[in-house]
Amino acid sequence: MHVFSFDNTFEGLLTLVFESYRLKITPDEIVGPTGSQPFLFASTTTITTDDAKAERVWKGIVAHSSEENAHRAYRVFLSELPGVPLLLYRFIRVIIDSPTNQETNFAEPSVLEVHKIHQKVCREAQRTAMFVRFQKTAEGNYYASFAPQYNVLPLCIPHFRDRFADQQWIIYDLKRNFGFYYDLKEVTRVVFDDLKVNPQNGQLHSSIQSADEKLFQQLWKQYFKSIAIRERKNDKVHRQFLPRRFWKYLPEKT
Amino acid sequence: MVSENTLEKLKVLANAAKYDVSCASSGTKRSNVSGGIGNAAAWGICHSFAEDGRCISLLKIMLTNYCIYDCAYCINRKSNDVPRASFSPEEIVELTIEFYRRNYIEGLFLSSGVLKNPDFTMERLVAVAKKLRTEHRYNGYIHLKTIPGASQALVHEAGLWADRLSVNIEIPTENNLKILAPEKDFKSVLEPMKTIASHILESKEERQKYRKAPLFSPAGQSTQLIIGATPDTDKTILKLASALYTRRDLKRVYYSGYIPVNSYDNRLPALSSPPLQREHRLYQADWLLRFYGFKTDEIVNDENPNLDLELDPKVMYALRNPWLFPIDVNKADPQMLLRIPGIGTRSVQLILLARKHTRLNASHLQKMGVVMKRARYFITCNELPMRGSVQDLKPEVVRQLLVEKQTLAPDGAVQLNLFQPTMPALR
Ligand code: SF4
Repeated sequence: MHVFSFDNTFEGLLTLVFESYRLKITPDEIVGPTGSQPFLFASTTTITTDDAKAERVWKGIVAHSSEENAHRAYRVFLSELPGVPLLLYRFIRVIIDSPTNQETNFAEPSVLEVHKIHQKVCREAQRTAMFVRFQKTAEGNYYASFAPQYNVLPLCIPHFRDRFADQQWIIYDLKRNFGFYYDLKEVTRVVFDDLKVNPQNGQLHSSIQSADEKLFQQLWKQYFKSIAIRERKNDKVHRQFLPRRFWKYLPEKT
Repeated sequence: MVSENTLEKLKVLANAAKYDVSCASSGTKRSNVSGGIGNAAAWGICHSFAEDGRCISLLKIMLTNYCIYDCAYCINRKSNDVPRASFSPEEIVELTIEFYRRNYIEGLFLSSGVLKNPDFTMERLVAVAKKLRTEHRYNGYIHLKTIPGASQALVHEAGLWADRLSVNIEIPTENNLKILAPEKDFKSVLEPMKTIASHILESKEERQKYRKAPLFSPAGQSTQLIIGATPDTDKTILKLASALYTRRDLKRVYYSGYIPVNSYDNRLPALSSPPLQREHRLYQADWLLRFYGFKTDEIVNDENPNLDLELDPKVMYALRNPWLFPIDVNKADPQMLLRIPGIGTRSVQLILLARKHTRLNASHLQKMGVVMKRARYFITCNELPMRGSVQDLKPEVVRQLLVEKQTLAPDGAVQLNLFQPTMPALR
């Protein structure tokens, strides 16, 4: 039994695919860098991420399928779901080993599985665009707390940059403890150690909130309440479309 | 400017606007220009879901709910004793911008009761849109409801600032409209629709010649029909909708199950609850007309003037035309695949792609999202004719089987997929 370990980055995974071709070894299991996995009788190959090798595999995917398909693999990687590295390994092998484009061969299990997870990740990214809520800071910037199920914030940045081009903003992933900051020119990745945010509801500490922030939240709450038609009340659907895990950071649901 | 007092007004005027069902903000792609605020995403984002399950995408609000008219089906009619309020154009502008910057909304959907006269009212609606676009360089979505009877010039100006215009017909036949809304007639709604349609066309042609020619209501126009306030049949309603799609080039027709807001008015039927199931079936039928290549009389006709409430219109079509089935999933063209109950547009796409690689069997189909417990009566796959097609079993029997399955496993999502950003469950 062969176990490969890598550094949990996408480039690392692509390097792993490269090495597996070079060493002519097919991994039975792929693990993260901790090395504590209980594979007593397995030989573990440790992969060192190499951007050049990763790049060649990326190009291989593009050449054997499409640019979109390579991005699809990346988005599926962001799901962080257990088993995904091995799934992607198999998927990439199927793509590269076939002389014809296999990206739509849904009768092949790894292709179908990748397609399904891809849909879930895209859905979560959509929901990020839907449910992120900014608060105005005392300085007139905009801040949002979020905690997506998958690591989709990077996928949503172009959308936010385009839409909120004339306001400075930060969107922060409280679950993964990093965020993005837009300063009217470019977006940079940021990590804060001393964020003045209430982890229960993502609200900024009132000392750094703008004076009218609470009023606008109240107006939004009132709007939310008034717009529902009582005669059509439907809790089940409400919760289906607005799953409970998002409520925490939504002013209208707190 | 916005204050505690705004809260009270917001309550009254959101409440007054809530019966207009259109929520979509899709249909335009307006990219952010000149460092202003906002864009309109082509897929139309819902930002929240109200407790009735409907998508909240826009700040849907009335400028005022004072009205000089007395339409029987409307909560804001003159003779009702309800709380009234008015916003100034500036207040609406500020609310829109502040909500938008917080990512609460995609934009604004503004309507109004009629103050003094239609033009006076329409001018104020136009002023809001103009301020947003010019003073605030706002590129988000704007939907204006035009006031029946407003001048052509104002309707034209509205279209220059708005992404979408709508004129609500509300009542599907002119006779019934006149009974319920004596101040209105079909002319007062169909004429502005015609004006809007021709401006939209002109602007499209202009823009092919000059890329910078002004946009006119780029997300098109829509309307709303109230269902169940009058005895009009689904056939009447769908014929009207289909004529509006083809002859007035409407983007959407919305159907709104009548909610008895004025139960004292005996021109209206006494309903214990709004006809939501019927409304749902109409949306499904509408979807079949627009995206599945069905014709109106394949869905409703003289023998079947109303949609079946138990089964969706696509299943009903299949049961009325059993000789078209079973369909071979590995060979049939896309139009026929779309007619199979249990197979939606997304599965059709997957099937078309996948069958290039492999001959598909039932288990492939299941994995691709085909609802086999419905589709099984209507398909064959991989040369194996499945036993028990609609031909062998007879439509009445299949009908019974499908109805029973529904009650066994109620499809919770039914009502509601409508308000999903994507599409209703027509599988
Ligand atoms: S004109 Fe509009 S607001 Fe006034 S009563 Fe009729 S439907 Fe209601």
